[in-house]
Amino acid sequence: MNDLTPDREERSAGLKGLGCSRKRVEDARFTQGKGNYVDDVKLPGMLHGDFVRSPYAHARVVSVNKDAALALDGVVAVLTAEDLAPLNLHWMPTLAGDKQMVLADGKVLFQGQEVAFVVARDRYVAADAVELVEVEYEELPVITDPFESLKSDVVLREDLAGQTEGPHGPRKHHNHIFTWEQGDETATNQVLDDAEVVATESMYYHRTHPCPLETCGSVASMDKVNGKLTLWGTFQAPHVVRTVASLLSGIEEHNIRVISPDIGGGFGNKVGVYPGYVCSIVASIVTGQPVKWVEDRMENLMSTAFARDYWMTGKIAATKDGKITGLHCHVTADHGGFDACADPTKFPAGFMNICTGSYDIPVAYLGVDGVYTNKAPGGVSYRCSFRVTEAVYFIERMIEVLAIELDMDAAELRRINFIKKEQFPYQSALGWEYDSGDYHTAWDKALKTVDYEGLRKEQADRVEAFKRGETRKLMGVGLSFFTEIVGAGPVKNCDILGMGMFDSCEIRIHPTGSAIARLGTISQGQGHATTFAQILASEIGISADNIAIEEGDTDTAPYGLGTYGSRSTPVAGAAAAMAGRKIRAKAQMIAAYLLEVHDDDVEFDVDRFAVKGAPERFKTMKDIAYAAYNQAIPGIEPGLEAVSYYDPPNMTYPFGAYVCVMDIDVDTGVPEIRRFYALDDCGTRINPMIIEGQVHGGLTEALAVALGQEISYDKMGNVKTGTLMDFFLPTAWEVPNYETDHTVTPSPHHPIGAKGVGESPHVGGVPCFSNAVQDAFRAFGLRHTNMPHDHWRIWQTANDLGLHE
Amino acid sequence: MIPAAFDYYRPKDVEGVIALLQEHGDDARVMAGGHSLIPMMKLRMAEVPHLIDLQDIAALKGITIDGDTITIGAMVTQHELINHDGLSAAAPILSEAALQIADPQVRYMGTVGGNIANGDPGNDMPGLMQCLDAQIELLGPEGTRKVAAREYYEAAYMTDREDDEVLISVRFAAPTGGYSYEKQKRKIGDYATAAAAVQITKAEGRVATASIAMTNLSDVPVWSEDAGDALVGTTCDAEAMKAAVAAMLGDIDPTEDNRGPVAFKRHVAGIILTRAITRAWDRA
Ligand SMILES: Cc1cc2nc3c(=O)[nH]c(=O)nc-3n(C[C@H](O)[C@H](O)[C@H](O)COP(=O)(O)OP(=O)(O)OC[C@H]3O[C@@H](n4cnc5c(N)ncnc54)[C@H](O)[C@@H]3O)c2cc1C
Repeated sequence: MNDLTPDREERSAGLKGLGCSRKRVEDARFTQGKGNYVDDVKLPGMLHGDFVRSPYAHARVVSVNKDAALALDGVVAVLTAEDLAPLNLHWMPTLAGDKQMVLADGKVLFQGQEVAFVVARDRYVAADAVELVEVEYEELPVITDPFESLKSDVVLREDLAGQTEGPHGPRKHHNHIFTWEQGDETATNQVLDDAEVVATESMYYHRTHPCPLETCGSVASMDKVNGKLTLWGTFQAPHVVRTVASLLSGIEEHNIRVISPDIGGGFGNKVGVYPGYVCSIVASIVTGQPVKWVEDRMENLMSTAFARDYWMTGKIAATKDGKITGLHCHVTADHGGFDACADPTKFPAGFMNICTGSYDIPVAYLGVDGVYTNKAPGGVSYRCSFRVTEAVYFIERMIEVLAIELDMDAAELRRINFIKKEQFPYQSALGWEYDSGDYHTAWDKALKTVDYEGLRKEQADRVEAFKRGETRKLMGVGLSFFTEIVGAGPVKNCDILGMGMFDSCEIRIHPTGSAIARLGTISQGQGHATTFAQILASEIGISADNIAIEEGDTDTAPYGLGTYGSRSTPVAGAAAAMAGRKIRAKAQMIAAYLLEVHDDDVEFDVDRFAVKGAPERFKTMKDIAYAAYNQAIPGIEPGLEAVSYYDPPNMTYPFGAYVCVMDIDVDTGVPEIRRFYALDDCGTRINPMIIEGQVHGGLTEALAVALGQEISYDKMGNVKTGTLMDFFLPTAWEVPNYETDHTVTPSPHHPIGAKGVGESPHVGGVPCFSNAVQDAFRAFGLRHTNMPHDHWRIWQTANDLGLHE
Repeated sequence: MIPAAFDYYRPKDVEGVIALLQEHGDDARVMAGGHSLIPMMKLRMAEVPHLIDLQDIAALKGITIDGDTITIGAMVTQHELINHDGLSAAAPILSEAALQIADPQVRYMGTVGGNIANGDPGNDMPGLMQCLDAQIELLGPEGTRKVAAREYYEAAYMTDREDDEVLISVRFAAPTGGYSYEKQKRKIGDYATAAAAVQITKAEGRVATASIAMTNLSDVPVWSEDAGDALVGTTCDAEAMKAAVAAMLGDIDPTEDNRGPVAFKRHVAGIILTRAITRAWDRA
C-alpha cells in the first residue's frame, strides 16, 4: 500500500463513493414533476381498460350481459372469463403455487374481485361502460374469519374441491391451504413443560396494505407486425414478469420487453402479478392496439396486495431469573380468496421462522396454517423482508409479556437474552445462520442516549401522579430490538417461480472514462441511481457523478429478481462490487502495460493504478479507459466491460435498537409521541443521508400500521377502509421528529459489508410504537392488546382497565 | 374515481346561476370550491349533468364587518377566514375553527358557503354558525330570504334550501366574551370524532350567556340550548360543566363508524366539550 499521499483524501472525496452523503441524483426530476411513471406512458391509438368489480364478497356469477356496454360509443371490447378461457388466461398462477382468477370464473371470492374488463377509446368512456355491464350475482355465505373458515361446510375454492394435497403439503380441510412447520415441537413442548416460568399470549397482527403514492398499472403494446410485446408496468421484478408473461402467453421471451419506468413507491404492493396486467396484455393482443390499465386508489386498497393478517399464539419458557429456554409459536394466516403471497417458493410463511428474534433461544417451534377466506388475496411483505415484521412483532411482544410475567424490566430481559457478539455466525433454533451482530453495544448505546433509567423514574412518578388525580396522561416507554433477515438469495434456498434469487450488474466503461451500469433490480424511490454509483465509484475509481445507473428495461438490463425484501444492496449491490472488481482486474493489466511493468508491480490507489514504490508513475482510470479502446494491447481484448451475477452465500442480518416515548391521553385515547430514537446497524453505510431518509420513511409507515392503518371488513365482507379518509396515511403533522443513530457491524460475507436498511425501520418500528402504547398501561395490569392503536381502541383499553371511573 | 360526463357553466352573476338552476332543475348543481362535490362526483355518488361553477361571481366574495355585524360571502374560502385581520379580531373563533378543517390545500379551495350548504354532518362550519346564531341568506327566483342556521339543517345532506336557491352569505353579530373551537380527529384532513363550538360571556364572575354547538355527533349539527343554559349563572365550575355535558349528551345521537363505537364517541364528546368550555371561560 502507498503511504497516504497528500492529495489522496481529496481524490477519494472527489469520487463520492462509499460513506458520502451524496444528494440523490433522481430528485431533480422527481421534485420538478419530470418523472416518467406508467400513467405518463402515452402511445398513439392507446386504449383504456377498466374493471367491473364484484360488490359481493362471495357470490356465484350467474350471467354477464355486455350488450349495453358494447353499444356505448367508444367501447371496443368487454372481456370476461369466457373470452380468456380459450387462451387459458382466465386463471393465472400465483407466486405462492396457487392459482388466481384473472376474471371471475363462475364465482367471486372477495369484494372488488375483477369480473369483466372493459376496453374503450377513452378513460372516461371506459368508466361509463363499467356501469353498463349487467352482472347477475347469487349471493353465497361469506366467511371473513379464518377460524370459522376452518370449521365451515362452505367450500370457498370449488376448483380445489377434493384436493387434499397442496403445493406446500397436505390440506386438512377444504378451506385450508397449508401447514408449514419449522423447529422441533416435541423438544419445545418438553422445555415448556419443565420450565420455571411460561408466558402465553395470543395476538392478532391486523390486515393492512402498503400504500404507495402511485397505484398499480400497466401499458401493453402488441406489435402484430414484428410480433413484439412491450409492457410498461409498476413492477418490482420486471425480469420475472417477462418470464411469467412468456410462459402464460406463449410469446417467446425474446419477443417480450418489460419496462418498469419510474415507480412511485412499491413497499411490496408491486411484487405480485395482478389481473390488470394480464388483461391489458390480452386486450392489446386482441385489439392490436396499446392498452393502458391504471387502478385508482380505492381499487388499490381493496384488491391488490394486502399485508399481515396473522393470528399468532406464543408460549415462551424461561428460568425465574429471566433466561429464555424455549419458544413456541403458532400462526393462523388469513390469505383471502387465493394464496397470492409473495414469498420465495419454499417459504409459504416467508421468513416467519426468524421469530426467535435477537435472542439466544436454544429450542423453538413454529407452525403456520394458511387459510382461505372471502377477502382480497395478497400477503405481500409491506416494507419488510418476507413476513419479518410479523415475526419481530411477535417476539418483541412476547418479550414484553414475559417481562410482565417475571415482573422484570423489559430492557434488562432483552439484554440477558441477546445473542452475544462472539456467538456469530449464530445458528438459530429455527434454521438460520445470523451473519454478524453486536447487540449489547447497540442496546447500551440506545438506552444511554435516551437516559432509560431517567425515563423509567419519570414514568413511575407519572403513575403516582395519575393515581392521585393530578394528571390524566400516562407515559409509555416503547422498546424494540430487532434483527432483520434480508437479501434473499441464496439460490439454493430461495427462488420465485423457479428463478433463483441471484442478482446482477453489468458495467461498461466509456472511452472517456465515464460509465454506465445496469442492474437487475428496480428502484421505487430508494435512490439506486445514487447509491449504486457510489459502490462502483469506490470499486473502480471513477466519480459517482460520471456513472449512470439504469434499471428496469429487460431488453438492456441483465436478468435479476428485482427489488423487495431489502435485497437490492445485499444482492445487486454485491454484484455491482464484483463487476467493479472485474473491471479493476482488467484495468490493472492495461495499466501495467502502459507503465511498462509487470501486472503485479502496479497497485490500485483510489482512482488510478500506480507503480509500487513509485506513486508518481501512475495511470488514472480515465487514461486506462481510453487505452482500452484506442490501443492494441497484446493478449488483452479491446474494451472495458464486465458483468457479474451474484448468488449471495447467505442472507444479511441488519439489526437495531429503538426507543419511543409516548404520552397517552386516557380520556380521549390520543397518543402523543414525545421522542423516537432509532439506532440502526446496517453494516457498511453507503450513503448516510439516504439511510436517514429510509429510516424516516420506514418509521412513518410503522407509525401508521401501529396506530391506525388497517384494511377491515364487516361481516358481509365489505371493505370498511376503502379510501384515504379511513385508511390511515400519516402526514408530516402526525409524525414526530425522529432521532437517528447507528453502529457499524459489517456483514462478513458481503463484498463491501453492507446489509440493507430500507425496511429495518418498519420492522423495528411497529413493535416499538405498539410497545409504547401498551407499556403506558402496564402499571394498571395490561398484558396485551391488539393493534392498531387508534384513538378508540386506546380509549377502550383504558376503559376496560377501569381508568374512566 | 372517474366522474360521469357533465356540462360545465361559469356564469358571471347570480341571476345567471338562478336561470341555469331553473332551466335544468334537479340535473344542475352549483359548485363552490368543489372539495366536497367533486369527490362525490368521482365516486359517482352525485350525478351532476350540469355543473355551475360559482368562481366568477364577485358578489359572493368578501368579508364585511359593519359595526358589530359580520357578513361573509358564500365564496369566501376557509383560508381567507384564517388570514383576515378584521375577522380574527371580531370573531376569533372562526380562524380557530378554520385552522382545524382539512389541510392548507383544501382550505385554499373550500368555501364557507359550500361548507354550510353541503349538509354533511362532518362539516365544521354548520355547528359553528349555529353557535354564533348566524342567519343564512338564500337567493331564489322569488328573491332573497333568511334562515337561521339553527333551523337550517333537516337531516344528513338535507337542508332548508330549495334546489333553485343559492346560498349568498352568512351574517351574525360579532360575538363577545370567550370562545373556543375544540376538535378531536384521527389525523390531518379528517372530519371530527367530536367537535365543540363554545361562546361564553361573563358578568360579575358568572356566566351571562353561553352558546354550545357540537359537530359530527348526529346526522345534523347539534346546538344544545340546554347545555348552554346549564352554564348560565354559574361560575363555570366542575359541577356546572358536568351539567352542561349531561345536557349535551341528551341532545346528540352519534353512530358507530371507523372512528369508534357510540360509547367512545359520547365519552369523547363530553371531554371535548369540557375542554372547550374551560378554554372559552378562561378567555371570557
Ligand atoms: C381531504 C379533505 C378533508 C376535509 N376535511 C374537512 C373538515 O375537517 N371539516 C370540514 O368542515 N370540511 C372538510 N372538508 C370539506 C371541505 O371543507 C369542503 O371544501 C367543504 O365541505 C365544501 O366547500 P366547497 O366550497 O368545496 O363546496 P363544494 O364541494 O363546491 O359544494 C358542496 C355542496 O354545497 C353546494 N353549494 C356550494 N356552494 C353553494 C352555494 N353558494 N349555494 C348553494 N349550494 C352550494 C354544492 O352544490 C354541493 O352540493 C374536507 C375536504 C377534503 C377534500
